[in-house]
Amino acid sequence: MNFKLKDLGPQLITVIAVVLIFGFFTYNAQINMENRGIDFGYGFLSQESSFDVQFSLIEYDGSHSYFRAYLVGLLNTILVSVIGIIIATIIGVIVGVARLSPNYLINKFAAYYVEFFRNIPLLLQIFFWYFAALRALPLPQDAEAIFGVFFLTIKGLYVPAFIWENLNIFFYSIVAATIAIIVIRFQAKKLQETQGKQIPVFLISIGLLFILPLLSFLIGGVSLSFEIPQLKQLAATSFVYDGGLSLPPELIALTLSLSLYTATFIAECVRAGIQGVGKGQKEAAASIGLTPNQVLKLVIMPQALRIIIPPTTNQYLNLTKNSSLAAAIAYPDLVLVFAGTALMQTGKAIEIVSITMFTYLSLSISISILMNWYNKKIAIQEK
Amino acid sequence: MNRINFLKPDKSNLNTFLYLGSFLFFISILDVFLNSFFKINFVGFLPNFLSFIMPLILGFIGLYFIRIEYSGIKKLDLLNKNINTNNFNAILSLLIIFTVIKSIPPILDWFFIEASFAGDSKDVCSGSGACWTYIKVWMRRFMYGMYPNAEQWRINLSFIALALLGSVGYFATDRFKKYLTLYYVVIYPFIAFLFIFFFISGGPVFFDFSYGIIAAIVSIIIGFFIPNKFKFYYFLIVPLFLYILLKYFLFFEETIELGKLDGLNWVETGAWGGLSLTFIISFFCLIFCFPIGMAFALGRRSDFPLIRYISIGFIEFWRGVPLITVLFMSAVMFPMFLPADFFIDKLVRCIIAISLFEAAYVAEVIRGGLQALPRGQYEAAKSLGMGYWKMHIFVILPQALKLVIPGIANTFLALVKDTPLIFVVGLLEIVGMLNLAKTNPEWLGFAMEGYVFAAIIFWIICYAMSKYSYNLEIKYKTDR
Repeated sequence: MNFKLKDLGPQLITVIAVVLIFGFFTYNAQINMENRGIDFGYGFLSQESSFDVQFSLIEYDGSHSYFRAYLVGLLNTILVSVIGIIIATIIGVIVGVARLSPNYLINKFAAYYVEFFRNIPLLLQIFFWYFAALRALPLPQDAEAIFGVFFLTIKGLYVPAFIWENLNIFFYSIVAATIAIIVIRFQAKKLQETQGKQIPVFLISIGLLFILPLLSFLIGGVSLSFEIPQLKQLAATSFVYDGGLSLPPELIALTLSLSLYTATFIAECVRAGIQGVGKGQKEAAASIGLTPNQVLKLVIMPQALRIIIPPTTNQYLNLTKNSSLAAAIAYPDLVLVFAGTALMQTGKAIEIVSITMFTYLSLSISISILMNWYNKKIAIQEK
Repeated sequence: MNRINFLKPDKSNLNTFLYLGSFLFFISILDVFLNSFFKINFVGFLPNFLSFIMPLILGFIGLYFIRIEYSGIKKLDLLNKNINTNNFNAILSLLIIFTVIKSIPPILDWFFIEASFAGDSKDVCSGSGACWTYIKVWMRRFMYGMYPNAEQWRINLSFIALALLGSVGYFATDRFKKYLTLYYVVIYPFIAFLFIFFFISGGPVFFDFSYGIIAAIVSIIIGFFIPNKFKFYYFLIVPLFLYILLKYFLFFEETIELGKLDGLNWVETGAWGGLSLTFIISFFCLIFCFPIGMAFALGRRSDFPLIRYISIGFIEFWRGVPLITVLFMSAVMFPMFLPADFFIDKLVRCIIAISLFEAAYVAEVIRGGLQALPRGQYEAAKSLGMGYWKMHIFVILPQALKLVIPGIANTFLALVKDTPLIFVVGLLEIVGMLNLAKTNPEWLGFAMEGYVFAAIIFWIICYAMSKYSYNLEIKYKTDR
């Protein structure tokens, strides 16, 4: 045991300082709460919330509990993050690849996009889309249909809703297809290792993914119909769309600005990743007779992804955290619903802020643990 | 011999293809140009859809014809290499060119031609363009927030003075160069604080000038007898010590004297705002977050497990939560943690919150630099008999910080871009002021102008910062 007495001094001082600071805070908090007659506890979570939320993925109204309100906020946050991540990845990869294009115009276009969007504060972009750009959209009665079914109006985007019958069978078919694909991939790998045979796994997978759900439509009795939004007159000058799914303008503004902003960072990650693979790798792979597709799939991508994925995950995390800016335009996310309205009503500042922070914290720590595990797995095995 | 092969342009009939292709390409661009600038559509006789994509078709054929490898004409080769390598690239290039040409007139119209600049009321803004009158009328609010108009010279004067004091580094001669770090890390922030506190805020004077002058004179007189070796430390410590001794122990004055600088009114921080507040907050957060971040970066690489775990906990905590909840915490939760009669101004709370938040990011960036240094540097420093602090201050940190200049610049940029979030605690910097002005019943409907204005300002600030960091990176780059 290499225990040294002189090492103990600085550590002890630090620990005592930290303990003292926390002790001071807790002591004051206790006194303050006693003075104001607030009691500490999480019991309020089961009480009736008695406030309404504009946009909710699960059934919710004022008669539900505060915990339900928390769930509504959390789900809305996750919804924005997931949509934002998907769009940001698509734009980011396209722009990142475009920045490496030999075409001068495309290259410059992508570079200007990155320089432009990442040097403007995200909050300003959200405000711009919400208060300036989306306010210029037509009223519901003046809106023209896009492809006949989408309606983009000042009150939001109206899209057809899916009406499923026997959805669970369709779902099972997708699960079955996934399992089949995994098995086939495993077998193909084994086949290649033992006999050197290659079978077109990709084509088979795509085929399975199409055919099994299709069979469920033909045999399983699954049917899908669309409910197209219809214009309905409420009063002389007031129109709404009835039926279909409506995406509120807050959601559109938020996803748009989040994905445009984060895409610039993802684009830079992608560019750095592809540039990070040495030119010699490509030439070496070509010289041992791999086809261009194989070079890309077996040599370039695995190495580029090793550089791309960690910072990109960080950007996904940033996007999730930045989605809390929703509070500024009244999109009912976790911060607005829980740390805003619920806090105003209950006055339980410490409990609510700590729950909110803990939620974000556990989200990001679990992702970073996953990332560390992934990094270790894909790290180059050095001897 | 001269039969034209339409499918494969090559060098043998270069001229034919070159003229034909250039002509088609030129026609296509001319069409879009006339269409967008003069509303003339000379292919309008065609059916609707065909007339819409006509320029694209013409341009594509044109580019196809002039795609001749190694033609020997320098400009043509350059064009082919850069925008015309294959069909796909040609179409993309055309689309980009057309988009740019198409979007110039509306943008010019909105920004300048149709825009209104004159006047000072809403009535002049009837055109379809931007209403810059709105910005003009609200300019003082956007720059200074609710700061009283008559007092705004205080902000201007402080900022000019601080800018001049900050540029000292450029004029310093070699003799003073070694003190620059001390100046920028300790003295300059202190002067800045004094300016903000006494001048912009008009805060109470704790400093009694009469005793201060006595202390200064006495310490200078004694200073002549101090050996040169200790003079620096002497002037760092003794005058302040003497001042405290004089004021609080020899003459027993009350601890806080609520005197004010003559003629300066107290302006509470709630009235501050606009771009000046953005600058104040960014400035102090930049100054505070750097040393805190450095301390935690060193702590995370420390050999002492307890210090290491505390640092990890600190860093991961702040990195895991969004800034908006941190500001929420500083607004509603933090006052509960302080004694009841203890009051901290909300601007100060904000600055503390943002500094701690960004410090965690700075810590991670610096840690990256520390890890990137080869072990040999540590071992070499140790073998010269340097202790922990000497090793880090003279050997490790200068090299590590040099490595992470881009990362630190990115963190600072993020900080500047995060300042608008202080609307959570009710402070309104420029974006907050825009939102306030937008809801003014006299000036409804000019949100776009305001946001564009703020976007341009932020873009200039951030772009200048990133270019500056790039220059710094080049300047301090040393090849290994």
